[in-house]
Formats: sequence, C-alpha cells, structure tokens
Amino acid sequence: MWLAYGTVAIVACGLASRFAPANLGAWLPARREVRRRGDEVERYDPGRERRAEQRARALLRSCVNPDEWAMYSELGFIRVWGQAAKPASGAEPRHESDPPYAYLIYPHKPIVAYVPQTSRLLSEYCVEFGDLERPYGSDRLPPSDDVLAKWLALTADERQLITTANMHLAGRQIDPARVRRDLARLGIWDREQLGRAQRVGSVPEL
Amino acid sequence: MKAGHGEVLVAEGDVEVPEQEQELIAAFRAQLDQGMWAAVPLRDRRGRREAELVRSFEEIPRDAERVIFFPRAAGGS
Repeated sequence: MWLAYGTVAIVACGLASRFAPANLGAWLPARREVRRRGDEVERYDPGRERRAEQRARALLRSCVNPDEWAMYSELGFIRVWGQAAKPASGAEPRHESDPPYAYLIYPHKPIVAYVPQTSRLLSEYCVEFGDLERPYGSDRLPPSDDVLAKWLALTADERQLITTANMHLAGRQIDPARVRRDLARLGIWDREQLGRAQRVGSVPEL
Repeated sequence: MKAGHGEVLVAEGDVEVPEQEQELIAAFRAQLDQGMWAAVPLRDRRGRREAELVRSFEEIPRDAERVIFFPRAAGGS
C-alpha cells in the first residue's frame, strides 16, 4: 500500500517538473510584467472628455473678460476686436465705438473676421491646435480649450496667428447665414448687457 | 492644455525660492521644447484681460500668477 502511494508521489513529481515552466523564478516576474503593462494601457473612460471640458471651461472663465465669458456661455462664441481697434502702446486710447473689424471665435471651427458696423463677413481663418503626442489619445483639445487657445493667440499676437492660419473666403466652412444670425443675436445680447449695466450704474466695455 | 485631457498642472512654485525657480525654468523649457506656446494672462491699462506670448522664462513678469502652455497653432483645413 505505502509502496503504491510512494510510486504515485514520484510520478506526480516527475509530471510536475515536466510540465512546469522551465524557470519558475523567471515566470512569475514575467506574469507581473504583463499585468503591469496591462494597467498602463489606458482604458476608455467615457467621462474623461466631459471632465476635460469642465476643466477647460473653468480655465477659460478665469482667463477671459467677464463679458466674454458671459457671451460664450449664452451665445456659444466669443467676439475679439481686431488689434487695429486697440490703441498702440503709449498712444491715446481709441474710441471703440467704431472698431474696423472683429473676430468671432467658435470652438473647433474657423475664426470668422467681420466688419461690426455692417456685419459684412470678411474671411475665415482655419487654425488648429493639434496634439503633439500623436497617435496616442485624442488629437483635439476640449472645445473650451480650443476657444481659449484662439483667444490667447489672438489677444497676444494677432498677426502671428493670422499669418499661420489658412485664410478662406467667408462661407467655406461656416454657413454665412448662421454667422449673420449669430451677429444678430450678438447685437441683441450687447444691447441687453448695456441696458443691464445702465440699470446698475456702470457701462461695460463690449 | 493637452489634447484629450484639458488642463494639466505642469509645475508650480515660487520664483523667489531659487530651487523652485530652477524647477519652473526646467518645466518651462521642457514645454517649449515639446513645441508648445506659452502665454501669460495679463490686464491692459484699462483693466481688460489679454494675453502675452512669452518665448523665454525671462520674459515672464515676475508677478505672473501662471503661464498657460498650449499646442502651437497650425493652419487648419
């Protein structure tokens, strides 16, 4: 009886040594390495882009002027006056009631240049702020970060941004009818802001 | 700003503390080496907010609260 048990035990050990990995000490770290690499692979997170956009909106709000933030929140775009409307350093401030041109910044759409007095559309400036780490991750900034990048570049160095962008006639990507509707909404919004400010005793710079 | 992620804190510190300033300089250069643009939010003489692009750490106003890095602009389609 004990002889039979002993024989079975010896055979079991032989089989174990035959089918076990040749180097168990090396096999275990290898398994850990596979598991670690699996953790590193970023799993799809459906809330990531939403959270990124929330952070982007908070950053945008902290950078732009309060009226520009209100404009973006309520209308979905930001108007930026052309640099020619701003006084040169040391010069007398120019009255902003007749700026020669302005831009509309939309998220992930071309920047639209127009004449404020006539609402005449001038051109579209197509510009991208692409991902430098392609092909990993999304290649687009969150919408509000795209708006902020355009705002930063336009207010800091309009000429550089405009010369970098691809210029097209108005209407190539954004329907001119839509822009005119937006300009009409902007006109109404401006008047409402002005009325609101007059009621509380201060006039905003629109 | 990082595509697909939004705002990411790169570094923070006090420029008046030499060790922290060196860390900020290193982080600034690393971002520019990656091809990012750096902008400092400012206010003009009338108090309106605007931005200034900076190309070296020395161009950053000492009292700047933050520098925002964003991908370099390129012509789009």
